[in-house]
Parts: sequence; C-alpha cells; structure tokens
Amino acid sequence: MAARRIVVTSGKGGVGKTTTTANLGAALAKRGHRVILVDADIGLRNLDLVLGLEKRIVFDLVEVAEGRCQLRQALIKDKRFESLSILPAAQTRDKDAITEAQFEAIVKEAAEIADFVFIDCPAGIEAGFRNAVAGAQEALVVTTPEVSAIRDADRVVGKLNDKKMPIRLIVNRLRPEMVRTGDMLSVEDVCEILSVELVGIVPDDEEVIDTTNRGTPIVLDETAKLRVIYDKIARRLEGDVVPFTNFDGGGFFGRLLGALKAG
Amino acid sequence: MIDWMKKLFGQTPSSSTAKERLRLVLMTDHLALAPEIIENMKRDLVDVISRYVEVDREKVEVNFEREDKALAMLANIPITAVNRQSPPEPPPERPADPPSAIVESTKDEVAAPASTHAGAPPRRKRRKKPAASKAAPAQ
Repeated sequence: MAARRIVVTSGKGGVGKTTTTANLGAALAKRGHRVILVDADIGLRNLDLVLGLEKRIVFDLVEVAEGRCQLRQALIKDKRFESLSILPAAQTRDKDAITEAQFEAIVKEAAEIADFVFIDCPAGIEAGFRNAVAGAQEALVVTTPEVSAIRDADRVVGKLNDKKMPIRLIVNRLRPEMVRTGDMLSVEDVCEILSVELVGIVPDDEEVIDTTNRGTPIVLDETAKLRVIYDKIARRLEGDVVPFTNFDGGGFFGRLLGALKAG
Repeated sequence: MIDWMKKLFGQTPSSSTAKERLRLVLMTDHLALAPEIIENMKRDLVDVISRYVEVDREKVEVNFEREDKALAMLANIPITAVNRQSPPEPPPERPADPPSAIVESTKDEVAAPASTHAGAPPRRKRRKKPAASKAAPAQ
C-alpha cells in the first residue's frame, strides 16, 4: 500500500517546520514505519543538517527531477533507524528548478516504498509552497502562539482548504507559564482562531536547540522530555486517540504537569 | 507585585489583546481574499435600497474600516431620486405581486446626490481601498 503523503507547512518561516518534520519522521520510524522525508526547500536545504546527515549527501531532489539519478540513489538512509530516509533539497538551485508535476511524481514514487512521506515545505506561499503541496494528500500546519505566525497559518489554511486537503494543526513553542499569566495565546485560542483540528502541542524547550546542535532526533535522546510529545503526535497520526497534555494549567495536575513539563 | 497590581487594575492581559487583534485582521484578510463575495453583497445591498430610492449604481462604494472592536462596512450609495409612494412590501424573491404595481411609481428628483452610511459613521478617511479591489488569490 502506498504511503500517506503529508506536507508540513506554516506560511511563516522559523516556526519549526523542519524540526517538526525531522522529529515526527524519526518518531514514526522508531515506531516501525517506513518513513521518507522530502526537503522541498530548494536553495535553503536544512533537513539534512537537523538530522545530522549533511555529510552523506550525494544527489538531490532536483537531480532526481532532471533524471540525472534514480530516486533510490538520492535517498539518504538514517543508519540510526531501521527505516528512515531523507531526500535532500538542492542547495545551489532556485525554487523554480522543479515543476509541480515533477515534484508530485517524485513524491508518489517515494510513496511506493514507504508508509509515510513527509514533505518539509519552504516558508511562503509561492512556487516552493505550491510544489510541496502538489505532492501531498494531507497537511500538517505548524504555528506558534504568536500573532504573525497565526495570521500566516490562516493564509496557508485557506490555500489548503481550496485544495480540499485534510489539515491538522501543531501548536509549537507553547510556554505554559505565559499562557497561565495571560501573556500568551492559549492552544484553545489558536484552534478557535484557525478552526483546524489539533494534532499536537509542543512546549517550548531548550532541548530542541540542543538536539539540533548535535543533529540528533529528539526521540533518540532517552532523557528528552519532548520525546514523549513527538511520540504522542506520531500515534495520533497513526490514528490513535491520545489525550492531550493539559498545559494550560486547569487545576492542580495541570499546573504540576506544566511545571514539570512532563509531556 | 507591580505586575500583579497592573493586572488587577484593569490592564488587559496581552493574550486577549492578541486574540482580538487577530480576529479583526483575519476578518479583513478574508474579505480581501473574497472580492466576488463583496461584489455580490454590494449588488444585493443596492438591490434592496433601490426598492425604496433610485440609486446611481455606477458610483456605489463599499469600504471596510476598523472600528474599535469590530469591522465596519461603510457603504456610500448616491441617491438620484426618491420614490414618493409607500415602499413595496414583498421581498424580490416572491414574485406574487404583479410587477407593474411596484415598478411604476412617481419619482421626485432630489436636489443633490445624498450619501447613505451603513454601519457606523465614518470617523476618518483612510488609506484603504475597498477590499474588493484586490486581486483574487492566484492558485
């Protein structure tokens, strides 16, 4: 059975698309799925770096599109997992080096040999976005609880709605203590504003910087608190009903959990 | 302590300000992205008003402006004549009445084109062109 093709997008840059793609992909691979991550950010390649695979790149997405190599030759297998590979973006080319049709064909080919194909979408809503979306059947919209990120996410949600694509939301970099004091929009607020089904809440944590510095996916760091968070999102993507952690501090347990950032 | 006092005495938490601002800006964004909806609304609005007064359709302007906590629709509809007879009662989608009874009414010229403001009165003239003038989103 062909893989689910999921685009990870946000509109605004720097909200955590690549980190989310890398860590969700790793979480699903660790759970036994065959996962391929496609870096659609041509010219600003980063997924390889976040996963610590930057030294192993031979071919890239554009070379596959141009028929200069086979997809299988361009895929880089992450040796720490049974079944995680990435297809790197070209670093020295432009976004228009590939067409929507070419992109779609490559993603569909990847889907033949995987269970999940994630497409790490570039920021913006132009050609790069259109390419990334062309290959996908469903979308994960990543946003942070900030006005600019939410406005851009809303724009992207509008575009994805036009494509009649199922959309789910990840609220990234939540700071529960700020939500409690009324200094940050809550997850409920964000969901209400965007009217999109929630699939994950990721609290802001220094672990993300630390693990990306090292090029290690969070799910491989046994001490990482966020490991549980990404694992929960992975299970929700599999179709499980996994209750959300209450970060907003309703009652004693919420506050305790928030304080411990226990996931 | 000072922060706590600030919050107690009326300063709204920034999250509610953010939510309110976002609600408004997204409404404006959505309107700007839906020019055909604005056009339809404008047409319907003018249709209704035309049942009571004669309107210069070419010069109708519809604008959206931020009021304090809401988005105000400002419609500038020049009236060229007023129907003296009592206005027709049925809404146009019910064609029960013979059309001649409605359409032919005596008209008196009005001295100058008047303006009708729907929604809140305009406080300031703003830079914003009607939302309808923006291009449709390219796919």
